[in-house]
Amino acid sequence: MTTTVTGGRGGTDVSALPPSPQPPGATPPAAPSSEPVRPAGRSGLGRVGRPLGVGVVGLWLSVMVLLPLAALTVTSFEDGWGGFWEAVTAPVALASLRVTIVAAVVVALVNAVMGTLIAWVLVRDDFPGKRIVNALIDLPFALPTIVASIVLLSLYGPNSPVGIHLNATQPGLVLALAFVTLPFVVRSVQPVLIEADREVEEASASLGASSWTTFRRVVLPTLTPAIISGTGLAFARAIGEYGSVVLIGGNIPRETQVASQYIQQQIEIDRPVNAAAVSVALLAIAFATLAVLRWYAGRGLRREEDSA
Amino acid sequence: MSRHPRLALAAAATAGAMVMSACAGGGASDTVGAGAAADAAPASTSTLNLFAYAVPKVGFDKVVPAFNATDAGRGVTFQQSYGASGDQSRKVAAGAAADVVNFSVEPDITRLVEAGLVAADWNAGEHRGIPFGSVVTIVTRKGNPQGINDWDDLLKPGVEVVTPNPFSSGSAKWNLLAPYAAKSDGGTNPAAGLAFIEQLVTGHVKVQPKSGREATETFLQGTGDVLLSYENEALFAERKGDPVEHVTPPTTFKIENPVAVLGTSENVEKATAFRDYLFTPEAQRLWAQAGFRPVDEAVATEFAADFPEPTTLWTIEDLGGWKTVDSTLFKKDTGSIAVIYDKATS
Repeated sequence: MTTTVTGGRGGTDVSALPPSPQPPGATPPAAPSSEPVRPAGRSGLGRVGRPLGVGVVGLWLSVMVLLPLAALTVTSFEDGWGGFWEAVTAPVALASLRVTIVAAVVVALVNAVMGTLIAWVLVRDDFPGKRIVNALIDLPFALPTIVASIVLLSLYGPNSPVGIHLNATQPGLVLALAFVTLPFVVRSVQPVLIEADREVEEASASLGASSWTTFRRVVLPTLTPAIISGTGLAFARAIGEYGSVVLIGGNIPRETQVASQYIQQQIEIDRPVNAAAVSVALLAIAFATLAVLRWYAGRGLRREEDSA
Repeated sequence: MSRHPRLALAAAATAGAMVMSACAGGGASDTVGAGAAADAAPASTSTLNLFAYAVPKVGFDKVVPAFNATDAGRGVTFQQSYGASGDQSRKVAAGAAADVVNFSVEPDITRLVEAGLVAADWNAGEHRGIPFGSVVTIVTRKGNPQGINDWDDLLKPGVEVVTPNPFSSGSAKWNLLAPYAAKSDGGTNPAAGLAFIEQLVTGHVKVQPKSGREATETFLQGTGDVLLSYENEALFAERKGDPVEHVTPPTTFKIENPVAVLGTSENVEKATAFRDYLFTPEAQRLWAQAGFRPVDEAVATEFAADFPEPTTLWTIEDLGGWKTVDSTLFKKDTGSIAVIYDKATS
């Protein structure tokens, strides 16, 4: 999955091709809007096949995405604008959104630094067991998140064998989120780093730049789009996370209760409108994040085209 | 030129999606009904769906095998579901297939009576549909480091109390009724009772577990200094070896947990047999062994040593019955305790 990277200087276009977390960057070129200019029959479907394809996609997206989202939004406005606004601005609801966003931002930033570092070490350094470490990175993706929660609880919970108690604290929350979002930045940065032209760095060094300057002025600009793309995905994942925080988070309103737990609680106490309203708020945040990422990726592409 | 047909196709597909989902909505309930009917046909092995509140699982784990050993219960298999009482009740009211229900509080069964799922005379029997009960107790960490023995001790500065959310949990309602009854002298001075509840909820309750069981788990994982709970739940935790102990305050509240059979059950006969079995001395003994207070006089005498009598034990009847209590104290948006809770937690 790391071989699809193109572009001579390993420049900004690579950001459009993050390895597994594709959604924000990779979709624009494939979007239906760019289809009509291409010659018919390119995909082998022909004149009838293409509208059929669009129809199927429309059907699928409607059933899977649009209809449920519309239903959710309708539910959230069951009591009108006032009801929606009241539900979202209830102090505990706001607190849960604040806890969620703060934790997600912290986790995203930690990931940006640590993920880049891990990717760097995995690409540039050789050490025994490197392949195992490389495989381990994907574990948080493969592991059911509730298992992550149990693992963290047994290590940092009330019966902690190492004497560290993070159960029902904000650091515990951040830890759980950092665990499940670990792969995003690593897997975004890794392929870019593999493709990056080492000669440019060598040239920089031969011209007298210190290794820090080389990193800052030469390597980092190449990696930035990938780092931002990975960080954004980690953030989007973190704001919606439920399974990994459900055991170690503590679910304490105003302290460690995240929005997803608040939503669950409102359903349990029979306040579906509150649950739907906060869900819509979360949705808006996630959507805004992805929109910013796409805009950024698009800007990178345009700049690439301009310079080409 | 290719634009219009494509749009039309996309629109048709989208419309198709709506029709399909509409059909799915209508079809789903049909299928459930048909499936249940098919299940009921072979009478030799019948399945009873039991929806219960969160903590009596320990009791049913003993009672169900014993019921299967009786003539009436031979070959009956059980699908058991446990959760927050109010949550479970709403699920059944919303159409979850249930044959027997066991909730923490009567209003959760009243909801099913109003929905036409349970006969109005469900509590006509000798024990008013209540096969077992308990009392509200205070659970502390081992050794009771803060010396908490009575309701007033809960208001000591810095004491954090774990009790579930009364909008989903039946346990929570009992837990709040106990100090309310104690402080209001059995409801004669509601203002005093509510003042205590307000101080407790506003200043000492921080977490909102959904059920009595979840509250216990939260407490055992280290949150809070005091857990309010059923006596049976406290006994269960102590017998499991968890580092807690419980004290029954001198003035507390009698918990009565009702059972009812659903009129819509495909197995009314077996379901009724199971409900009736719960009241037999044999089953009563099993409940007592599981930590629940039996309602059968003779069995209660047998186990008197396990269940000390508090000095004063208020009952729901003393407060005017569940109908009054629910509408004045717990009704969403208007009940006094509901308002206090909403103010403190929203």
